[in-house]
Amino acid sequence: MSDNDTLVEQVGPPKNRATSAISHVITDLGKNGIFIALIAVVVLFSILTQGILLRPQNISNLIVQNGYILILAIGMVIVIVAGHIDLSVGSVAAFIGAVSGVFAVKMELPWWIAIILSLLIGALVGAWQGFWIAYVGIPAFIVTLAGMLIFRGLALVVLGNSNIGSFPEEYRALGNGFLTNVFGEFPVDPLTMGIAVIAIVGLVVQQVRSRAGRQSYGQDVEPIAWFIAKLVLVTVGVLAFAYALATFKGIPVTLIILAVLVMIYGIVTNRSVFGRHVYAIGGNRHAAELSGVKTRRVDFLIFVNMGFLAALAGLVFTARLNLAGPKAGDGFELEAISAAFIGGAAVQGGVGTIGGAIIGGLIIGVLNNGMSILGIGIEWQQAVKGLVLLFAVAFDVFNKRRAGGR
Amino acid sequence: MTTNILEMRSITKTFPGVKALQDVTLEVARGEIHAICGENGAGKSTLMKVLSGVYPHGTYEGDIVFENEVVEFSDIRHSEAKGIVIIHQELALSPYLSIAENIFLNNEVKGAFGLIDWNKTNSEAAKLLARVGLRENPTTKIRDLGVGKQQLVEIAKALSKRVKLLILDEPTAALNDDDSDHLLSLILHLKEQGITSIIISHKLNEIKKISDSVTVIRDGKTIETIAKKDVTEERIIKDMVGRDLEHRYPDHTPHIGEEILRVENWTAHHPQDPSRVMVDNINLNVKRGEIVGLAGLMGAGRTEFAMSLFGKSYGSRISGKVFKDGEEIQTRTVAEAIDNGIAYATEDRKVYGLNLIEDIKRNISMASLGKLSRLGLVNDNEEYKVANEYRKSMNIKAPSVLSKTGKLSGGNQQKVVLSKWIYSNPDVLILDEPTRGIDVGAKYEIYTIINRLASEGKGIIVISSELPELLGICDRIYAISEGRITGELPIEKASPEALIKLMTMEAPR
Repeated sequence: MSDNDTLVEQVGPPKNRATSAISHVITDLGKNGIFIALIAVVVLFSILTQGILLRPQNISNLIVQNGYILILAIGMVIVIVAGHIDLSVGSVAAFIGAVSGVFAVKMELPWWIAIILSLLIGALVGAWQGFWIAYVGIPAFIVTLAGMLIFRGLALVVLGNSNIGSFPEEYRALGNGFLTNVFGEFPVDPLTMGIAVIAIVGLVVQQVRSRAGRQSYGQDVEPIAWFIAKLVLVTVGVLAFAYALATFKGIPVTLIILAVLVMIYGIVTNRSVFGRHVYAIGGNRHAAELSGVKTRRVDFLIFVNMGFLAALAGLVFTARLNLAGPKAGDGFELEAISAAFIGGAAVQGGVGTIGGAIIGGLIIGVLNNGMSILGIGIEWQQAVKGLVLLFAVAFDVFNKRRAGGR
Repeated sequence: MTTNILEMRSITKTFPGVKALQDVTLEVARGEIHAICGENGAGKSTLMKVLSGVYPHGTYEGDIVFENEVVEFSDIRHSEAKGIVIIHQELALSPYLSIAENIFLNNEVKGAFGLIDWNKTNSEAAKLLARVGLRENPTTKIRDLGVGKQQLVEIAKALSKRVKLLILDEPTAALNDDDSDHLLSLILHLKEQGITSIIISHKLNEIKKISDSVTVIRDGKTIETIAKKDVTEERIIKDMVGRDLEHRYPDHTPHIGEEILRVENWTAHHPQDPSRVMVDNINLNVKRGEIVGLAGLMGAGRTEFAMSLFGKSYGSRISGKVFKDGEEIQTRTVAEAIDNGIAYATEDRKVYGLNLIEDIKRNISMASLGKLSRLGLVNDNEEYKVANEYRKSMNIKAPSVLSKTGKLSGGNQQKVVLSKWIYSNPDVLILDEPTRGIDVGAKYEIYTIINRLASEGKGIIVISSELPELLGICDRIYAISEGRITGELPIEKASPEALIKLMTMEAPR
C-alpha cells in the first residue's frame, strides 16, 4: 500500500461520554479476548468434569503441574517479541535438572548452593546461544535447534545412563512445597487469605495511582464505573482462587515463584528501557539500530535470560518429580511456544505480553488437566492442543484483518 | 460513443468514520496521459483502488464506465482482464526470480501438458523488454537490477497483460533523473502505441512535461481537470492545497555562527567488498544556524557518507576525523553519535526510520529513552506528555499519540521521524531525503521545521535528489560524485546547471 490515504483524517470532535464508555469496554474486551477464552475453557471443563476441575486440590495441582511451562513461557514471549524463537528450552531444562542432581545429590552440596550454581549454569548456556545469535548472526532457529540436540546430549552425559533421585527436602519444595500451617492448623489457611488480601490491596493501590497519574497528564481514562467494576471482578476472582488454595494445602511455592516472576517481568517488558528496546527490535530492527538501540546486546541478554528461566523451570520440574531423568523437559519448548502464541504474540515479532503468555499457558494447562480428568487419551490431547493453537492464532489474524490493522 | 476510455461517475467511498471519496468524477480520454495530483490523504490511492477492483463493486457508490460499458470489478484479476493494470509505488516483483519469470508470474506461458515453456517465456519476455527499452537478459534476476530497471520490468509485465489503461502510482519517486527521464519518454512512447496512462505524481515538473490533462483531488473531492494548455505548477499547487502558496519554500534568513561540525578525510569502503571505496576522503563542515545541502545522484555516496558517519551504520574500513565545536569526537556506535549531538533521519522512513506497528508516542521516544527514565524504568506519563507536545508543535495529523505510525500518511510519518530526532536534542541534524514521497503542503511544513531548527542554532545537512529543493532551502551546497566532493557552492552561486555539472563530473583522483 503506498500511502494510507484514507485513515488519516479522523481527528473529529471528542465523542460523547456514553459512546466513549462503550468503546472503552469494547477495547478492554478485545484486548482481553484471550482472558475470556480462558474463562470459557474453564467453564466448559468444569461442566464436563462435573466440577472436579474447580476442586481445591485440582486448582492447586493445575498451578504446580504447569508452573514450569509458565516460567518458560515468560522467557519465550520475550524471545518471540524480539523476533526470535528458542527450541532448546526443554533440553536445557533437562540438562540443568541433571546438573543440579549432581550438585545436590551426588556432591551433597547445600541445597541453596546447588540451586544458585544450577541457575548460573543456565545463564551460561543462554550466553552460549546468545553469543552465536547476537554476535555471530546465526538465526535463533538454527542455534537453538542445535542447542536442543547439544543439551539433550549433555544431559544424558551428566546422568550417565541413570536417574538421579532423592533430592533434599528444601530443594523439593521448589516443585512440591506449600506455605501452609505457618500459624497453626485452620480449615481455611489464614496466611493464604492474608497474602491474597495484601495482593489485592497492592493491586488496587497501583491501579488507582496509575489512573490518577494518567489523568493528571490529561490522558483519556476509562469511566470510573467500568474501572471499579473491573477491580471488583479481579478481587472476587483472586479471593475465590485464594480460598480454594487455603482450604487445601495453602500457597504452593511454585505459585510464589511465578507471582514474583510475573511481577518483575511485567515491569521489565512494560516499563523498562530494556523492554522498550525488545519491542523496538521486534517491530523494526533497522529503525531500532539507527535509533541507538544496541541490538546485539539486547539479543544476547534476551537469550541469557531465557537460559536462566529454562534452568529455573528445570529445577522446578526436577523438584516436583524428585528425580532428574533423561526424558525430562521433553516437548516443553513446544508448550512454551504455544503458550506465547495463544497469548497473542506475533510470529513476525514486535507484539506479545507476559500476561498473554501466562494466560495462554493456563489455557493449555486447563486443557491438559481437564482432558486427563475426563480420561481422554494422550493421543487426543495432543491433537486438541494442536487445534487450539491453530485456531487461536487464526482468530488473532482474523481479528487484526477485520480491524484493518497490519 | 464518447472519446473517453474511462469515466468514473460520482464515486463515493466511505470507511468507518471517514468519507474517503465524495462524489469524485474522473474522465480520461482515449490515448492521453492523464495526471492525478493531490496531497497525501487526498484520496488518489483510494480512487485507483476502486478503479482496479481492490475495493470491489458494492463497497463504493457510483459507476465506472470503461470503454463505454459499465464495469463492476470483483478483484484485481477482473480489472486486469479488461486491460486496466496498476503499478504500485512499491514494486511487486519477486527478487530471486528472473525478469521473464516475474513478467509472466501468474500468467505463465504454457506448452504441452500445461507445463511452462521456458524457451517461449524467455523469447516473449525479450520482445517485451525491447518494447520498454530495457537491454537485459530475461533470465537476469530482479535483485541484480536497479530500481529504475525494475520499474521497466513492471511496465513490461503490464504490456504482457495487453494493457489498455496503465496506472502508475508515483513511478519516479525512487528514481534518479536519468531513470526518470527514460521512464517518462517510455510513457510517451506507449501513448503513441495507443496505451492510455494515468500517472499519480507529486513531481509537478514531470506532470507538466508529459501529461495531456491534470485532475486535482483534494479532501476526497475532485477540484478540477485542467487541460494541457492551461497547466501551470502554481495552478496545480493552488488546487491541491486550497490556498495560494506564495512561495514553495518558506522565507529563511540565515543567522550563521561558529563552525559546529567538521569532518576530515572521511573514507568508507563497501561493507561486503572492502576493496571498493564508496566514500572517498570527504571534507566538509557545517556552521551553527546553517543549512548545508549535499547534492548527488543516487549511488554517489551521499547516504553512504551519512550512515558511515552515524555510528558506522554502513560500510567497512571507515577512517577519518569528526570535530564538533572544534573538538574531536567519536561516532563509533549510533548511541555514541547521538550522545555527541548528531542525529540522522534516514531516507527510507518505513524500512529504517519507524516502527510501524508501534504508536507515535513510542516512536518519538525511541532515541531518547534515557531522558524519560529513571533507574531503567520509563515514565509513561511523561512520555505521553512529550509526544503530545510534539504532535501539536509539529502538526502531526492523527487522532492521538496512541495511533500506530503505520496508519499515518507519508508526511505525518516524516514528522514523527523528525520529532524523534528533535527530541534527542541534537546539535547537528542530517536529513536524508526529508521530503521524499510527501505532498506539497507537508513539504512546506517540513521546510518550515528545518528553518526553525537552523534558527535555533543547530547545524543542518540536507541530502536530496531534488535540486529545486536544495536551492530553495540551503545556504550552501556541496556536490558529491563517485564518493568524492566535487565542488562547494554558496547559495548565491548555485544553479541547477552548475550543480548538475558537478554532480556528474568524474571525480578527480
